[in-house]
Amino acid sequence: MSTVTPFTTIIGLEVHVQLMTRTKLFCGCSTRFGAAPNTQVCPTCIGLPGSLPVMNRQAFDLALRSALALECRIAPFTKWDRKNYFYPDLPKGYQISQFDLPFSSDGSLAVVDPKGAFEPRRVGIVRVHLEEDAGKSMHDEAAGTGDTRIDLNRAGTPLCEIVTQPDLRSPQEARAWLNELKLLLVYLGVSDCNMQEGSLRVDANVNLHIPQADGRVAKTPIVEIKNMNSFRSVERALVYETARQWEEWQATKVEMGKTPKQTRGWDDPAGITRAQRQKEESSDYRYFPEPDLVPVTVTEQQIASIRGKMGVPPVSLRKTLADTWKISPYDADVLVNQGPELVDYFEDLATRVGEGKVASNWMQQDVLRVLNETNGTVATFPVRPAGLADLIGRVVKGDFDTSRGREIFAEMVTSGRSVDDVVASLGISAVSDDDVIALCRELLAANPKIVADVKSGKEQAAAGLIGQAKKKNANVNPGKVRAVCLDLIRGME
Amino acid sequence: MQPLDLSAVDLVAALRQGDITAVQCTSAFLDRIEATNGTINAFLAVDREGALARATDIDARRKAGKPLGPLAGLPIALKDVLCTSDMPTTCASKMLQGFRPPYDADVVTRLRMADAVFVGKTNMDEFAMGGSNENSAFGPVRNPWDLSRAPGGSSGGSAACVAADMAPVAIGSDTGGSIRQPAGLCGITGLKPTYGRVSRRGLIAFASSLDQIGPMARSAADCALIMETIAGHDPGDSTSLSVDVPRYTDLLDKPLAGVRIGRVPEHYAEGLDPEVAKGVEEAFAVLKAAGATVHDVKLPHAKYGIPTYYLIAPCEASSNLARYDGAHYGHRAEPGKGHRAEPGKGHRAETGKGHATKGAGFESPLVEMYCRSRAEGFGPEVKRRIMLGTYALSSGYYDAYYAKALRVRRLIRQDYLDAFQTVDLIGGPVSATPAFKLGEKTDDPLAMYLVDLYTVGTNLAGVGGISFPCGFTKSGLPIGFQLQSPPLAEPLLLQAADRFQRLTDWHRRRPKAIGEAKA
Repeated sequence: MSTVTPFTTIIGLEVHVQLMTRTKLFCGCSTRFGAAPNTQVCPTCIGLPGSLPVMNRQAFDLALRSALALECRIAPFTKWDRKNYFYPDLPKGYQISQFDLPFSSDGSLAVVDPKGAFEPRRVGIVRVHLEEDAGKSMHDEAAGTGDTRIDLNRAGTPLCEIVTQPDLRSPQEARAWLNELKLLLVYLGVSDCNMQEGSLRVDANVNLHIPQADGRVAKTPIVEIKNMNSFRSVERALVYETARQWEEWQATKVEMGKTPKQTRGWDDPAGITRAQRQKEESSDYRYFPEPDLVPVTVTEQQIASIRGKMGVPPVSLRKTLADTWKISPYDADVLVNQGPELVDYFEDLATRVGEGKVASNWMQQDVLRVLNETNGTVATFPVRPAGLADLIGRVVKGDFDTSRGREIFAEMVTSGRSVDDVVASLGISAVSDDDVIALCRELLAANPKIVADVKSGKEQAAAGLIGQAKKKNANVNPGKVRAVCLDLIRGME
Repeated sequence: MQPLDLSAVDLVAALRQGDITAVQCTSAFLDRIEATNGTINAFLAVDREGALARATDIDARRKAGKPLGPLAGLPIALKDVLCTSDMPTTCASKMLQGFRPPYDADVVTRLRMADAVFVGKTNMDEFAMGGSNENSAFGPVRNPWDLSRAPGGSSGGSAACVAADMAPVAIGSDTGGSIRQPAGLCGITGLKPTYGRVSRRGLIAFASSLDQIGPMARSAADCALIMETIAGHDPGDSTSLSVDVPRYTDLLDKPLAGVRIGRVPEHYAEGLDPEVAKGVEEAFAVLKAAGATVHDVKLPHAKYGIPTYYLIAPCEASSNLARYDGAHYGHRAEPGKGHRAEPGKGHRAETGKGHATKGAGFESPLVEMYCRSRAEGFGPEVKRRIMLGTYALSSGYYDAYYAKALRVRRLIRQDYLDAFQTVDLIGGPVSATPAFKLGEKTDDPLAMYLVDLYTVGTNLAGVGGISFPCGFTKSGLPIGFQLQSPPLAEPLLLQAADRFQRLTDWHRRRPKAIGEAKA
């Protein structure tokens, strides 16, 4: 869906990712999602007087792993800063973040569309830094009281902020890139990237570059879009905002710099962005070095050790899968995009089946279909690779035809039983070659017209025999019946 | 045996030997507090019941032959900036009136483990901001040597309670001189350890990079005893030093022969009271007589100490005190038109801004709650420093003020490290004058800031300092002497002060009977 537009869309993203640590960034409280409000808190994360932060090195290492996978430069020396602002879910009145010396900068992450909907795109990463999350404010509008409730369970959860260069050129690309980023972080094991639970949050900056008749490029004012709760909303919001800016440009011709940077909130049900209150002046967070923490140093050995434990990123895994199992780049992409557990399942299956293409087809047409229908995960999928490989092996051998195989598969999924058990319970049994030949002879004798048609060159007439064969013995393999019948007819000459 | 007459070292020995029980000792000090606190106002809270229960328990354990901590039965007063789970912790602020932390500060835990007995929480300048103790929301402390005078600050209650025999030991905190200056003005001994030597966990922060906890007592030997308990690494304070704690008391009794003491000529500039100057010179003479040598040293950037300190400390304070917003704990203004956050108005960066330019009209009920809670909860000096710090950290001013102050701070630290290449300690006055009259400087914040002139350098450099009495004025006010040391040289600081106190008796002098305060 690429349309020629009279402008270039310029998009940059700011992504916040919660790191999968057991405990918070500066205290020992649990980071588990979903606990009763204010039950995972301590003096430090609720900012009681006299409390002090102590850095969680695991969080730092996870952040380091993310930055290395994003090909960032790692600073040998990094410090913490306080970002000061007042808000009830920020109990200290400041957020511990990183300002002028982030632990990493200057990286990139490429995104390629296997269907070629857009050109391969390398997106620059300005910086990745680590900070603590705030708590959650719940504005109790439904109750009509107007009360705001504060849950500080999330306060102090480690958060990686990833800021891209304005390198993305379409809403589609932005969504695809976010998918790739999420996949990478999931493969790295640094975050579950669950947008519903808020462990991945995205803000987008967008404007248009419009070539003018005099050769100059006019730029529309940059708009920051917030409040997008899924990658789909990011794409929709950007599509909307692009069109809105184009219309506004045509009406007003207002260029960047003539008006302050605007923040707009995405209203998903309405499908529009709405202007949020204009800032009178740019926010002044009065950043300064956090005196309660010491700077962090990162050595080459630490970097090497983290690199060693990083595993294979999706981009390499796609190539490896395609090469190893002789599957198409598209198939490899589909499998890898499902996440590491599914890839492990596939590789186990392919190894047992001994053929990648067949295993990949079953994965995509059967396993993924069921997972999608049931909203399940491969980890809890009842048919394990060994059982599925058994089934596929017998289908390949010709014991059952593919549709019989699917019936068996469906029953294995529902009952969790083995191929043999399912076959027995459904009264399915393999039909011996002799039985097939006997059956075919019987059919040929009873259908002289079909035999004559085939003899005269109309091989498709044999199809009539298959239906009859299924009626006589439901377990016969139609392909085999067809082949045997044709052989027998040829032998009649 | 009269416990009030004994030093902490002697009290601990008398308790150990059974010459006195912990209950007798504790009662004596509690009675003294009861008799004099109405006049001195050194304590904001007195825990008679808790202290006696603890003393009873210690006596029982001693009787049963059970092991006891090194300070078993020793009464100690805690500056009200230290979190205590069993006593209110207010920082002498209306903002935290009635606040009871759910945990003990690390020093409090250590002292409890050592079986010390806490008698109460001492008065101070609000949030440790001040040099006279007049910034307390709960009234000023009076100097036991002259009830019309200030005890100094911010640990004024801690200094006065030791001077008035209300406790043999008090714990203070020192951000720019808050232990040493009141110790000097009250004629007691106070140690500001090297930054990081004592954990700050549970010390309510004023300026995190400068704050340090230390002992205040009648003698250097008493301070050494307390340091053995309160110093040491705390994994809960990232800035705490992971360095072994020496046996300070064992290192005291050594001659000063060969110890080089620096004297800073700039200290004797205009403004130094002649009687103080004379006392300080006499102190140098005593140290020389004890075998030390005295050498002039330069601290070229010392003259920038006050402006540097009064940028860095308020900057950090403006951020450290942001948490007192009425939302979670502490003082919250009574609802007026309603203090609810506006539903859906979740745009954090904007909240809290703009009210200053909008006159009485608050931009939201939330902002109104913030503004009114803080306006009511904080006193004028705290507000002044929050505003100074907020201003100096603002974009456009940061480089000219805060960033420059950090650079000067590095130069000041380098001055000290350079000086300590040629001398082992640096001596001089603690403050330019003896105790001043209550109300004398309250209308002149700048004059008040200058009382920290000789003490802020120690904090900016992160080194150690001790102050102790070296004489009295003709009118009977104590004169303080200060020694500063390289990082972690507390043994030498204590050794020198202890040697001085073996040769003089200034530290043994007690104020005359404390009568009713004159209005």
